[in-house]
Amino acid sequence: MLTCKQFMAELSDYLDEALGREERKKLEEHINACPNCWVIADTTRKTVEFYKCSQPVPIPTDLRTRLMKALERKMASKRV
Amino acid sequence: MPQEAAAFDETALVTQARQGDSEAFNGLAERYQRNIFRLAQNITQNREDAEDVLQETFLKAYEHLPEFHGDSKFYTWIVRIAVNEALMKLRKRKWDKTVWLDEPINTGEDSVAREIAVWEDNPEQRYSKEELHDILDKAVNGLAPPYRTVFVLRDMEGLSTEETAEALELSVPAVKSRLLRARLQLRDKLTAFFKKKVEDPFAYL
Repeated sequence: MLTCKQFMAELSDYLDEALGREERKKLEEHINACPNCWVIADTTRKTVEFYKCSQPVPIPTDLRTRLMKALERKMASKRV
Repeated sequence: MPQEAAAFDETALVTQARQGDSEAFNGLAERYQRNIFRLAQNITQNREDAEDVLQETFLKAYEHLPEFHGDSKFYTWIVRIAVNEALMKLRKRKWDKTVWLDEPINTGEDSVAREIAVWEDNPEQRYSKEELHDILDKAVNGLAPPYRTVFVLRDMEGLSTEETAEALELSVPAVKSRLLRARLQLRDKLTAFFKKKVEDPFAYL
């Protein structure tokens, strides 16, 4: 059985589903028997999901306009 | 990574842009500007710097487009440009006393005591969309730059571990170690907002 420390070291790969079957099985055995690690894994997964789902807001119009104008100037200078 | 819309074909637009079609390049800029701006804000934590980074990123991408040969996704390529620009801004700020990305950092056991508490089933429902945005934003901005930058690229911009390592000139184990620390620190910060309000703190046992 893995220790909590060994479990924590593999937590990111576990959440990213980047582990092989055997490794994954070992981690699952650990969280099924360790409530603390289960809570940490569950709430860390939710944390990552929150950020993965957060979409960037549109940029302000004046900033967008400045960007497109700067690009326009750059493109025009390249054409000459 | 920006969610794929059916009508958006990055490869086709990049090909057209490389052939001199400025409209195609504008299309790419329109598509990715909000992600690049968010990334720049998250790394620099300075509005003015982020605006500069946004502009410089697309101007440089246009300038160097002939050097882009499609070895990576176009989005990954411009993220790398943006990260370089943002890190330069961060380093230029003399008042910034935070650790730099290339400084060795202690990746050993996290010494901060973790709060272990289950969250509510739908904790986001307790907050308005704006409040939630604010909570997530403040939490990520509270991370030290080495952790914040890795987290932003991996979990917010959707780069792979290898792409993140390449963009930041770090080893894959360093990216993994920083990502874990970032995720655990954020989890701790968010637990304060999202934990289940129960009489018995061990009710989940």
